[in-house]
Amino acid sequence: MSGLVQIAVDALSLGGLYALTALGIGLIFSVMRLANFAHAELVTCAAYALFALSGQPLVMAFSGAIVMAVALAVITERIAFRPLRRADPTTLMIASFTVSMLIQKLLIFTLGSRPKSLDPVPALSQAVFIGSTQVSLLKLVTIGVCAVLLLALTLFLKRTSFGLQMRAAAENFTMAQLTGVRANAVIVVAFALSGVLAAVVALLFAAQSGFVQPRLGVPLMITAFVATVIGGMGSLVGAVIGGLLVGIVTTLLQAYLPPDLRPFREAFVFALVILALLVRPNGLFPARGLKERI
Amino acid sequence: MMYNLLLRAAPLLALVALIVAITLLAGIADTVTSRRVILSLVNVVCVVGLYIFMGNSGVLNFSSVGFMAIGAYVAALLTMPAGPKAMFLPDLPIWLAAAELPALAGPFVGGLFCAAVALVVGLPIMRLSGIAAAIATFSLMFICYIVLGNWTSMTGGQISLMGLKAYVGLWTACAFAVGAVAVAFAYQETRWALALRASREDAVAAQASGIQVARLRLGAFVLGAFVCGAGGALYGHFQGTLRVESFYLDPTFLLVTMLVVGGMRSLTGAVVGCLVVSLLTEVLRLAEVGIPLPGTGITLTAAAGFGDVVLAALMLVILLFRPNGITGGREILGNLARSERTHDQI
Repeated sequence: MSGLVQIAVDALSLGGLYALTALGIGLIFSVMRLANFAHAELVTCAAYALFALSGQPLVMAFSGAIVMAVALAVITERIAFRPLRRADPTTLMIASFTVSMLIQKLLIFTLGSRPKSLDPVPALSQAVFIGSTQVSLLKLVTIGVCAVLLLALTLFLKRTSFGLQMRAAAENFTMAQLTGVRANAVIVVAFALSGVLAAVVALLFAAQSGFVQPRLGVPLMITAFVATVIGGMGSLVGAVIGGLLVGIVTTLLQAYLPPDLRPFREAFVFALVILALLVRPNGLFPARGLKERI
Repeated sequence: MMYNLLLRAAPLLALVALIVAITLLAGIADTVTSRRVILSLVNVVCVVGLYIFMGNSGVLNFSSVGFMAIGAYVAALLTMPAGPKAMFLPDLPIWLAAAELPALAGPFVGGLFCAAVALVVGLPIMRLSGIAAAIATFSLMFICYIVLGNWTSMTGGQISLMGLKAYVGLWTACAFAVGAVAVAFAYQETRWALALRASREDAVAAQASGIQVARLRLGAFVLGAFVCGAGGALYGHFQGTLRVESFYLDPTFLLVTMLVVGGMRSLTGAVVGCLVVSLLTEVLRLAEVGIPLPGTGITLTAAAGFGDVVLAALMLVILLFRPNGITGGREILGNLARSERTHDQI
């Protein structure tokens, strides 16, 4: 029983992190068909901001991280992705890969590649008991934060005018533009939102791992990509469910694989992606409007 | 007839001449420069391998570094002398520990193994297109990295595998680069490659004309994997040591950069892009060491890591302002054969 609670907490907290990252990637993809590799660097830079402000109160440090990630997201959009908006998805994808590598190299160049330790929220590094099971408070908070954010984002998308415009743009961008949705505004807001999500992920992830280095965000981003693909690229619900699924599967593999096979855990997850793509090439929840018209 | 054939092969001959000329020049250069040239010739093999699939099909492929890794390890395991092999990898199966093929068989066996792997994994993946295919090949590269990095009994895991025969010199590298270019050129002159390029331009129209896109893509993928695997084996036997880390994101980015900078739609683009980027990296590396300004006694020095930043920035600039690369997707001397054909018709 206690083992099950432990696994459930692990799975949901990991899945929550993946879901938030996948959502950040999915938001951008849904409005401009850009698979944004540079999302990893939004997380990394936000974590560096946390590190730079580590003496300050949490509110200060976290605001700094949000400002950092949002600014970076908006700047990359302006410099790299806006000029390429009419290019084909392949070029856009190579461009985002390039932006990602450029920021990584800049970080290595300016700050060095050595990991720096940080502990943004020391208060969370204790254990609490659920019944008789000891679980980490941080993981419970992670689950809570993910749930609240998902709820907030849903409300934003369903209840505000900007949310409506964004959903319209995701469904059919040209049509939305014709009905008066301002393309630039929607895309910038999408990038800013993905920046906020990245900052939250950075806080939770840095608190778990306890250090920051120039490639901090890369494994998260790659896994989140997988999650969006499984869920259905362009579908936000799909991104969240895909993220949770990947988290759950990873935790289960970690718990139940024979010990010699455990290091290969991620390989199994990625093999599952390829399988999932074969059965449903457009993901579990295919986005409307993604199908190409001829 | 002979003349027409010669015109048709003009791009190939020009590229071969370019590669041989560079090799000849490197032969009279100092050891350091000549080693850099060998490395860039090995890179030519890998970029051409990437081009065979990506250039002809237009589908983004991030898996070529994974195939390089597989080719490198297969070649190393089969050709390493028994002594170092027993020292670094004591847990190998007996038949593998005893295997010692001639060194030059390495790239071919490594390539063949990669081709077999590509055939198996490509069967499902080639049914995808666009971003799904890109993510799937990315996953493939990641799987290779994780499996090779953790399969300690076979690859040494995170520890470097040392003691490979370092037989790849200037002329070996040159021969393989010429071979890879010739294979790619021969392939792109076939009707299958022509049909595949048609599907690149318009997948639906190609399918409507009876082209079986998935099957043709698979063919190019397998051939590309063979060339990349051979390139990986050469890389390993040039360095003399193997680390899983050298087959991860950085080289993936480097190979894609080389192809895109040159122009991913032509073989000339693949070769030229590789050479230009290699030259640029070399200049930037010299800048990190320090370039003395003649006559002044001042040495210009860039900080370490500067070269990587410039390379990535340059790639971004090329994507923004010249997305079709230096060659714009044209072959060198590629218009000779075409103009000749037009004359025939008139």
